[in-house]
Amino acid sequence: MATRTFRVWRGDKDGGEFKEYTVETQPGMVVLDGIHRIQAEHAGDLAVRWNCKAGKCGSCSMEINGKPRLSCMTRLNSLPEGTITVQPLKTFPLIKDLVTDVKWNYEQNKRIPPLKPRAREADGHHRMMQEDVDRVQEFRKCIECFLCQDVCHVLRDHHKHDQFVGPRFMIRLAQLEMHPLDTEDRIPKIRKEFGSGWCNITRCCTEVCPEHIGITDNGIIPMKERVVDRYYDPIAWFFKKVFGASNK
Amino acid sequence: MAGPDVSELQTFEHDVLVIGAGGAGLRAAIACAALGKNTGLVCKSLLGKAHTVMAEGGMAAAMGNVDSRDNWKVHFRDTMRGGKFLNNWRMAELHAKEAPERVRELEEWGAVFDRTKTGLISQRNFGGHRYPRLAHVGDRTGLELIRTLQDHGVHQGIHVHMECTILDLLKDGDRVVGALGYWRETGRFVLFKAKAVVLATGGAGKAWRVTSNSWEYSGDGLAMAYIAGAELMDLEFTQFHPTGMVWPPSVRGTLVTEGVRGDGGILKNKEGKRFMFGYIPERFAPETADSEEEANRWLKGDKSARRPPELLTRDVVARAINAEVKAGRGSEHGGVYLDIASRLPAELIKKKLPSMYHQFKELAEVDITTDPMEVGPTLHYFMGGIRVDADSQMTTVPGLFAAGECAAGLHGANRLGGNSLSDLIVFGKRAGDGACDWADKHDGGQIDNEQVLSIIRRATEILNRESGANPFVVQENLQEMMSHNVGIIRVKHELETAVEKLQELKKEAATAKAHATSQYNAGWHTALDLRNLLISAEAVTRAALLREESRGAHTREDFPGERDEWLKYNIFIKRGQDGEMVVEKRERAPGPEGLVAIAYSKIEDLESGAVGAEVK
Ligand SMILES: Cc1cc2nc3c(=O)[nH]c(=O)nc-3n(C[C@H](O)[C@H](O)[C@H](O)COP(=O)(O)OP(=O)(O)OC[C@H]3O[C@@H](n4cnc5c(N)ncnc54)[C@H](O)[C@@H]3O)c2cc1C
Ligand code: SF4
Ligand code: SF4
Ligand code: FES
Repeated sequence: MATRTFRVWRGDKDGGEFKEYTVETQPGMVVLDGIHRIQAEHAGDLAVRWNCKAGKCGSCSMEINGKPRLSCMTRLNSLPEGTITVQPLKTFPLIKDLVTDVKWNYEQNKRIPPLKPRAREADGHHRMMQEDVDRVQEFRKCIECFLCQDVCHVLRDHHKHDQFVGPRFMIRLAQLEMHPLDTEDRIPKIRKEFGSGWCNITRCCTEVCPEHIGITDNGIIPMKERVVDRYYDPIAWFFKKVFGASNK
Repeated sequence: MAGPDVSELQTFEHDVLVIGAGGAGLRAAIACAALGKNTGLVCKSLLGKAHTVMAEGGMAAAMGNVDSRDNWKVHFRDTMRGGKFLNNWRMAELHAKEAPERVRELEEWGAVFDRTKTGLISQRNFGGHRYPRLAHVGDRTGLELIRTLQDHGVHQGIHVHMECTILDLLKDGDRVVGALGYWRETGRFVLFKAKAVVLATGGAGKAWRVTSNSWEYSGDGLAMAYIAGAELMDLEFTQFHPTGMVWPPSVRGTLVTEGVRGDGGILKNKEGKRFMFGYIPERFAPETADSEEEANRWLKGDKSARRPPELLTRDVVARAINAEVKAGRGSEHGGVYLDIASRLPAELIKKKLPSMYHQFKELAEVDITTDPMEVGPTLHYFMGGIRVDADSQMTTVPGLFAAGECAAGLHGANRLGGNSLSDLIVFGKRAGDGACDWADKHDGGQIDNEQVLSIIRRATEILNRESGANPFVVQENLQEMMSHNVGIIRVKHELETAVEKLQELKKEAATAKAHATSQYNAGWHTALDLRNLLISAEAVTRAALLREESRGAHTREDFPGERDEWLKYNIFIKRGQDGEMVVEKRERAPGPEGLVAIAYSKIEDLESGAVGAEVK
């Protein structure tokens, strides 16, 4: 019977240590299966977050062999032979074992001005063309796994949580700004309160996104450009907006 | 915790407390907030992670954007036929009528559905729906629904309590006046007082081993309502989705969306035969293609062609797959083949079914643009649940409401794909409105300290117990047992065995231990879920034993075929005076004449106006 050894972080905000557990493996097993075997056989109180076990809910984020990943989508046979190290996301405060406190993200979401749609057409419908919603739909694929937030150095290393909303919410902003029905203007806030200037386009967020969203190139850079347009040349912006050349 | 002081418990007071933050709970909370109520919303997981997030194919609403022949009457008729006429007439009517406006409202709140060529919300074909009817976003419609409601909801002043599990409801006399729960993070208990409580907790699929459901589906709402004295109904109807993954073992049961078949995917056995043509039930024969040639024409949009048999209702397709496997014509790992690769160009598959593409690529190392998928039935959905009033969604316990998968009635003996997401928004709103109406007319009641303490005692015993059963093992045994004895094809002696085994499992569960701190303790959570799983599993088993016929999702090997006699009854479950489970069949009220005529009409007569024209 094949087995695999896991080095799992055990502890809480007061400290902790890695512990090793060995479990039997089955074909196709993912890291989250391994954790579940550990819970059932060795450590019933091991804390881990998960829901769908199908890469759809974004609950099971952790750092596997040092890389932020979804544990339900990481097959054991995709990792190099030997012990597998699993630890919690580093950017957020630890609650216990593999579970971190991600509430900060929910607070950022609340600060973002919601969609303000234009009126419906006379027949009660909204009309939008598929090619105009494609880019919005790309951002709406986000499953809020917060892996991008975890890896972004502005948050991870520089702890600018009070000045930068992070890549996840930059694409939420981009999504609203590019929404064909929207009439709200968030550009001033994107610059000031949400801190678009902090991003220096390292693209680490894009690399880890399990939904393969072009976070940096398709979301953040266009937002940065709109900020620059506006503050560099407000007149041009005004004309664009009034005479319909805008990207809305 | 020997005798904690109830007055020192952390306490929240709301007009309405909504338990569950999937589509139904979020929609209910939004309705309450819109009426200016102080609204609390509790969920076991983080916000936005509820089961609803996994829904793939779409939500059904007769908007007629793709085929203008569609309207609420056709949707209503499809729902009743799919449910084998056991549905609650009024709920099926309200659902079909109100779904389109509920879907359009989502657009107002930011949802971005796939579009038609003229820029309207696009709609796709699905099993049992006569016309393309499912509003969708690729194969991630549930994510779109939950995120839209979440992003809208956080601006409505709703008090969200995340990662908080409710253990039981609190009553003042007959009435529900609150609930007691614990925070997963700390294990501390928390008290909620409310004038009205809405349950939106979803199903109990985790009582089976092969299921598309997540850990949250432990039947908490069903069990809490049952303990509080509410009636449950229709629990024998558990839907096995025909296409779950079968290989590798790690993902056995994970869903493969019906959208694959809606977009042209076909089912084949190991001999390469497209076997569904051999399983068309008489009732559906006039509306189903009888040759591959006709089925292909339908797929190309020929309106005179009839629908392919792969899009028959789920009960029919699941039984057919089961029969093929039993006859030795199954695939390598005990399923059948679902082929989209030979039907659509690779690029289109990736565009229309992106998450299926990734799911198979990453979890099964199968490229669905070149190879067929291996699929088989997986426990998917509870048609049954808590009995509710069709208009207000109030249960049989005053002040307690229920909506979404945990409520019963809309789907009868079998749910059509896509009719759940629309159920959530139609009846989530209605439950919210109903609860507010109740809260307007009633004061907050009295909390009974003794009830609070006994719930706390039950929970803390598990932590204090030094020896006893491993909760994970008890849960696995239950799952194994249910998959074996209360599966897709049922028979008396196995159901009886299940009832016996459930008694043993209950005893074991009562000794479950999770000796450690209460902070984010998975063993403790699992042990606490066991009571609810066991109540749900027992209710299903006993109802299945009583219904001596095969109808919709409930198939009895010893009583094949629908029996007219049984169409008269729904099965109800209630807690008896000594705590025993009481199961009884009760006669259904006859449906309103006009609706009955529509449900049983020939489609031509309905569309020509010969039938149902007077029904508004
Ligand atoms: C893989 C998959 C695909 C599907 N695809 C479709 C589809 O395409 N179309 C369709 O119409 N339907 C589909 N369904 C069915 C549909 O998704 C579900 O029936 C529906 O989402 C249930 O929603 P809900 O609001 O009732 O409950 P859920 O979304 O399951 O939410 C339940 C909520 O209750 C909370 N809860 C439970 N117990 C407690 C407790 N004790 N204390 C506090 N909170 C609690 C949970 O935390 C959660 O927030 C699919 C289902 C699955 C599994
Ligand atoms: S590209 Fe910007 S947002 Fe993304 S990780 Fe780098 S700095 Fe952070
Ligand atoms: S953008 Fe990608 S990485 Fe970031 S939270 Fe969303 S899905 Fe996760
Ligand atoms: S458990 Fe849902 S993404 Fe992993």
